[in-house]
Amino acid sequence: MPVPSLDNDPDKARRFREMTLPHLDDVYTLARYLLRDASDAEDAVQECYLRALKHFHTYRGPAIKPWLFAILRNVCRAEYARRAAAPSSAIEDTVETAEQTPLWNEAQETPEAQILRERDASAIRRLIDTLADPFRETFVLREINNLSYREIADAVGAPVGTVMSRLARARAMLRSAWMAEQEPSK
Amino acid sequence: MTCDEAEILLHALIDGELDASHAREVEAHVAQCPRCTASLAAYRQMSQAIATADLRYSAPQGLRLRLEAALPKPAVTAAAPSRRAVLRGFALGSGLSAIAATGLIAIVLRNDDQDRINSEIVSAHLRSLQAGHLTDVLSTDQHTVKPWFNGRLDVAPPVIDLTAQGFTLIGGRLDYVDARPIGAVVYKRRAHVINLFVAQTANMAHRAPRTETIQGYNIRSWSERGLNFWAISDIGADELAEFTDKFEAAARTNTEG
Repeated sequence: MPVPSLDNDPDKARRFREMTLPHLDDVYTLARYLLRDASDAEDAVQECYLRALKHFHTYRGPAIKPWLFAILRNVCRAEYARRAAAPSSAIEDTVETAEQTPLWNEAQETPEAQILRERDASAIRRLIDTLADPFRETFVLREINNLSYREIADAVGAPVGTVMSRLARARAMLRSAWMAEQEPSK
Repeated sequence: MTCDEAEILLHALIDGELDASHAREVEAHVAQCPRCTASLAAYRQMSQAIATADLRYSAPQGLRLRLEAALPKPAVTAAAPSRRAVLRGFALGSGLSAIAATGLIAIVLRNDDQDRINSEIVSAHLRSLQAGHLTDVLSTDQHTVKPWFNGRLDVAPPVIDLTAQGFTLIGGRLDYVDARPIGAVVYKRRAHVINLFVAQTANMAHRAPRTETIQGYNIRSWSERGLNFWAISDIGADELAEFTDKFEAAARTNTEG
């Protein structure tokens, strides 16, 4: 892919690689949770890195991760829009409906043996995937990407207060889902 | 403080985002509110389960290669001196042939990734503090702990009893950092736990200790004798420095003697 602005600046190219490539797993992880699809996530990450490279001269530090995440987020938004435009795909929950509807509409069938046992990764991932976008995003940035509140605020372009309330809401929804799974429905 | 306020702020408490005075306020409210006590306990339990489960994804190799091909090539001469030795153990420990195959990218990918390693060290430390997770082999005898690592790791972590110097050896544990097994030697200073993580590094270069503070924990890391060390604890930076100095002094004596 042609990226003319950097082709003649090998030092910048090296800095870009050294700063951003170590976070590839992190960026990919976030993309997986945001898009809930492995191949869409790959495309988004690739697009994210190319955009990041293009705009690398605007990067002003200190932490590169929130900056990369902010770019990834914009890429994913375009993907949401594409999905929404496609007639067959489901439209994402909006914040408003998510605030009103309970997260867990039907009790989940759970084997007795699983009760109170530590959740395995796939079960937790499934619970996280049920969260609506703004909550899932904040939750993943905090719990899985290990960003501070300030860094999350930078990445999602929202005030820290909003980050805090979304995180509280996300955890409350997960907690009730968690409880629902722990209590056998019958 | 009202429950409504506490409901938001207790998350900041769990995440270590509150300053001391607000943390005390939230704790004071929680102490006299059964509902918030239950919430705090439930959220703590959830956070721990989430920290313990491996919820991250690894970028597929194909994506790495595509990105590698798409990004402009760095200047070869400029790359070498800037690389840090910290993570060479992780980059090279798994075999030089893989490095040769993928060229520079393998080194670039893992290098300067200290932040992530440090945060994984913190996570591993936190996990170890949960009931029953601290030690796989529980012994104050270095001659019991050291052989326990045999066959479990591709390195032999130095296990040194520092009881006489004020740091009691309490055991060893196999842990995972950066998706690789890593040896943890566990010490206690009064009621404080010190985890000493040990991983292999490919070069024998000495790297002077440095201390960083993450989420209220001090991490002191250094390289010596072909090993990378990370000591982490909630004891003060000066005491942790004392620990590493005494550990190194004893390790040198062992090697020479």
